[in-house]
Formats: sequence, C-alpha cells, structure tokens
Amino acid sequence: MKHKTKITGLMAALLLSTASFAHAETLRLLTWGSYAPEELVQKFEERYPDIDVEVTFSNNEEMIAKLRATGGAGFDLAQPSHDRIHAAQMEYDIYKPLDLSKIDTSVMETSHLEGVKANTTIDGEVYAVPHQWGTSGLMANKSVAPDFKGWGDLCDPKYEGKTSMRLKRTILLGTAFSMGHDPFAAYSDLDKYQQILDEVAEKLIECKSNIKAYWKGGDDLSAMMLSGEIVASETWDSTAYKLYGQNKDIVFVPPETGALAWIDTFALPRKGKADDAAYKWINFVLEPENVTIMSGSTGAIAAVKGGLDLLPEDKREAVTAAFTDADIANLKFFANIPAGVEDMEGKTLEKIKAATGG
Amino acid sequence: MQSDIKRLSLILLFAPFALWIALLIILPHMGMVVLSLREKVAPRVYEFGFGNYIDFINEPIYWNTLLRTGSMSILVTFLALLIGFPIAYYIAKIAGKRSRGALFLLCLIPLWVSDLIRAFGWILLLRETGVISSFLTDIGLIDQPIEFLYNDITVVIGLVYTVILFMIVPLVSTLDGMDNAMIEAGYNLGGNGFTVLRRIIVPYAMPGIVSGCIVVFMMTAGSYLTPILLGGKNSSWFTEQIYDQFITRFNWESGAAFGFLLLAFTSIVVWIGLRLTGQTLANTVAKS
Repeated sequence: MKHKTKITGLMAALLLSTASFAHAETLRLLTWGSYAPEELVQKFEERYPDIDVEVTFSNNEEMIAKLRATGGAGFDLAQPSHDRIHAAQMEYDIYKPLDLSKIDTSVMETSHLEGVKANTTIDGEVYAVPHQWGTSGLMANKSVAPDFKGWGDLCDPKYEGKTSMRLKRTILLGTAFSMGHDPFAAYSDLDKYQQILDEVAEKLIECKSNIKAYWKGGDDLSAMMLSGEIVASETWDSTAYKLYGQNKDIVFVPPETGALAWIDTFALPRKGKADDAAYKWINFVLEPENVTIMSGSTGAIAAVKGGLDLLPEDKREAVTAAFTDADIANLKFFANIPAGVEDMEGKTLEKIKAATGG
Repeated sequence: MQSDIKRLSLILLFAPFALWIALLIILPHMGMVVLSLREKVAPRVYEFGFGNYIDFINEPIYWNTLLRTGSMSILVTFLALLIGFPIAYYIAKIAGKRSRGALFLLCLIPLWVSDLIRAFGWILLLRETGVISSFLTDIGLIDQPIEFLYNDITVVIGLVYTVILFMIVPLVSTLDGMDNAMIEAGYNLGGNGFTVLRRIIVPYAMPGIVSGCIVVFMMTAGSYLTPILLGGKNSSWFTEQIYDQFITRFNWESGAAFGFLLLAFTSIVVWIGLRLTGQTLANTVAKS
C-alpha cells in the first residue's frame, strides 16, 4: 500500500513537471553582450507569458564554436554577423533555413535586407535576416589629434606610443584599404589576397613601435582613451559613441577609405527547438518602440526603415557628429568570408604578434 | 558476507574518483587525440594524418612561443620558490603558534578573489595613469608618467603573485613536520646558517619544494588570463595560440594538437627537472 502511494506520488510529480514543460516554452538566445537588455526581455515575457527567455552572451567566433560543438543544438536563435553565415553553414551545417513568411520583413531597410539575403542564401534558401548594423573605424581625441582621418594615421610617428588597435581581422582589412587595395575583391583570388596580407603584415610590424598596446575589449580601450594614455585608436563605433557621452572631444572618425560595416543578423541554429518563439522574438524587437530600447543598449543602428531616427537622443547626436552622408555612402560592408581566409588571416596576425618590432 | 560489504564499500568509495578520471580526464583527452590527428582537406572532409603536428614543427612562430612560455614559466617557478621559501619557513618555524594560522590565512585571502579581478588590480596599479606612476610623479621622483604595464616583467610579476600560494602551502606542510632539534644539532656540530640551510633544511623540505615547483610550473604554463591582460605587444603565450586556433581560426584540429604539445612539453620539463635534482615522484609529491 505504502509502495503504491509512493508510485502515484511520483507519477503525479512527473505529470506535473511535464505539464509545466509543455506550458512554458524556453527561448534560448545566443547573442552579443548588449543585445538582450533586461527591459526588453521582461516586456517580451509579459506579452508571451508562456515563453521564458534565456540569454547567453557571446561573440561571432564563440557563437560558431558553440554551435559547431553541438551540431547546432542548445540554442533557438543566434545572432552572428552577416559575413559569418555562409562559410560556417557550408563547413559545419549549424543553421536551418528561415521561413520568411513568419517574419515581418516589410519594416526592414530594403538595402540591408537584400544585402544580407544575398550573402546568406544557399541552394535557394535564406539563412539570415538583418537586425542591427554598425561600423568599425577609428576614434580620435579631437583636442590633441584634430586631423586624424585614415587607418594609416595610427602608424604616424606624430602619435608615437599614443595609438592602439585590436589585433584582429578588422585592422588587416582597414590597413589593406588604406594601402590602396580592395581586400574583399581579392577574396576570389586567394593568392592575391595572400600577397595583400603579406604587405599589410609588413606595414603593421613596422607600425608596432608606434602602438602603445593592442586592446582586447571595449573596457581596456575605454580606459586608455579616457585617461588620455592614447589619443587615437581603431574602434567599434558603439564604443566611440559611449565615450562621446563622457568626453565630447572623443569622436568616431570614419576612415577616408570608408568605415567597415557589419550587420548582425537573426539565424536559427539547426537543432533549435523553439522556432515559433524565435520568430516571435524577431518580430517583437523589430517594433519601433522596442528598436529604440534595443539601440539604446547596443549603441548600434537597427536595420529597419528610419533606423537612425529611432536611436535614443544621445546616440543619434554621436552618430550625426561622426557621419556625413558621404561617409555613409562610402561604407564598406564586410564581404562573405570564403573558406580558408580565416586561417590565412590568423597566420598573419600571429606573425605580427610574434614579430619583435617595438 | 562481511567481505562482500567491504568490497562494495571500497567500490563505492573508489567510484567517484574513477568516474572523475575516466569521464573528465581520459575520455576528453582521447577525443582530443582523435581530433588532433585529423587533417582538413575540404569543407566537411577530413583525413587521418599527422599534418597538424608537422605544421607546428615547420612554423617557428609556434615553437618559439612554446619555448618562450616554457622559459618564462621556469623563471616564474624559480622566483616563486625564492620568495615563497622564506615565507613558508617563517610561518612553519619562526612564527608563534597563534600567529601561524593568521599568517596562513593572509596568504590565502587573495585566492578568494578571481584571477580576473586580481589582474585588473595590477592593471590599476601599474598603468601609465595608475596608482604607482602618479604617486612617483607626485613626490617628484620622476617628471613624466611611466608605463609599467604591457611588458614581460609585468607578466612575470602577475604570475608569481597568482601562483605563489601553491608554492607556500606544500612548503609549510613539509617544514612543519621537521623537528627543530635537527636544526639545533646542525648548529651544535659547528655548521653556520648557510650549511644548515643547504645540508639539513633544503634536503628535508625537498618533497615540498618539488611538488610546489611542479604545481606552480604547470599552472603558469597553462595560465591564460594573466599573460593576456598584463602582456604587451610582443608577449605571446602558448595558451593564447591554442585559443586562437580553436576560436578565431575555427581550426580545432590544430588547436587539439597544440594542446597535446603543451601537455607533452610541460611533462618533459617536469621529468627533466626531477632527473636533474635526482628526485622521483614517489618520494616527493606522494610524500608531501
């Protein structure tokens, strides 16, 4: 008898737990540091009480590494940049195609939407749609470095020991542009690309003595810039906008060869379990008032129509202080990274890091 | 019946340890071996081969970094021993019974804070606009701020600070077991301080020294945060290479190979160290 009650109890507990499973769906987001502000998550959970949102913060490389480790399981929505979809999908098969009919694409800025679609279409299936976009470029303290304007100025002896950069692919590409090459065009001819990389490496090794230190994250870059230890640096625009809020002399400088633009996207991991919740989240964050909250947190511009106007006041001021219409027209969007390029760039970066230039 | 229970309890006691070793150490390492022996020939196509290890040999940057990491780790180990030994000796032999516990606790306290926070502490102290530099300018010793951060010396300081506790603990526990009469006897027989140290204290403390050195060396060679955060433009660390291979280059195959090379390299260094000092694992680490 006693036995029996135990079993019934167990059964009841089991039923209850499965019932609650069926009731509350979990949406597991794999996204960037500021791309799921608490305010929005709460608002979303209030609107859809049966969905719990779980957020994991990451970056492009780690997102792909995480999804690769599980074959695309463990998350329901990922947000890699537009140039990180095609090759990763070809190589590791970690995403699943989107059902565009479930997304309100009409609110998206047409040029971004078409650009991302063109970049992420494989066998006629679209794997990603745009979410937020921003640029990588330079920032300078205008009170001490008023005519800072190109990637090459980081290596100008005038600013010896007063500049910084992150030793990642952005600086390779930027330096290539400043040397008059078009690295994205050379993606189709990897031998040519290797030549460009060799030239860039030579230049950056020579430049090493001019650099104070390579920054590793937004925090140490901000500390160096605000304390005046450096006067200019390669940067993400959002970091520069944040610093502009604290010191109006520090502005984002789109390099004369064009700032490098990225678009962070929405993509579904291949073994994601809550596609409907994921689509709900996508449509939810595309709503105008939520776009403002999101942009306030990310510092990036939403890829929706009128995205610039939906920025919070202070961010819009920083953007308009940095960009002219000509700068916007001159943006260089990151091109799809073909297989093998990451390895070539990685080798080049290692070579620069290991060189004892300065 | 009795022996069955005994056997069962033995198995149960042994099980967590066996599971831990098998599931968390041996199994993942076997996976890494397999991974490191795959060569990527095309997207989603792999072949068996030693290519990743051959790449390592052919690329001076890789083995230079490994050698650099190894030699700096040896330096850190040596410095930790040099600084840690007097501290351990003081705690174990000179300090009174009551202050001993307090001193030991003082050594432990920094460990309650994570590596990351401790590295940021050093950054605050050593940066150009940091505490030390501005203090020196304020008292007029230097007229321009100096950058102490972002060089190899900073990395060594940071690492010694992080690992020194792991040197002190085994040293204290071995020295603690030493009878003071042995030291007195040494002096009575006409030895001076140095002779007593060299012929009595150090040989007695050898198990502690060796196990401390092994732990410290392994921890340093495998550390990631401190060298990355405090290091400068030229400070490559081998763990950083492994991270880059895995994460930024999506090259798990050679990342796994590098992981194994680091393991093999540190094991060989430890083996050579044991050989040179004439010690074995059995009469040092197992004893301390």
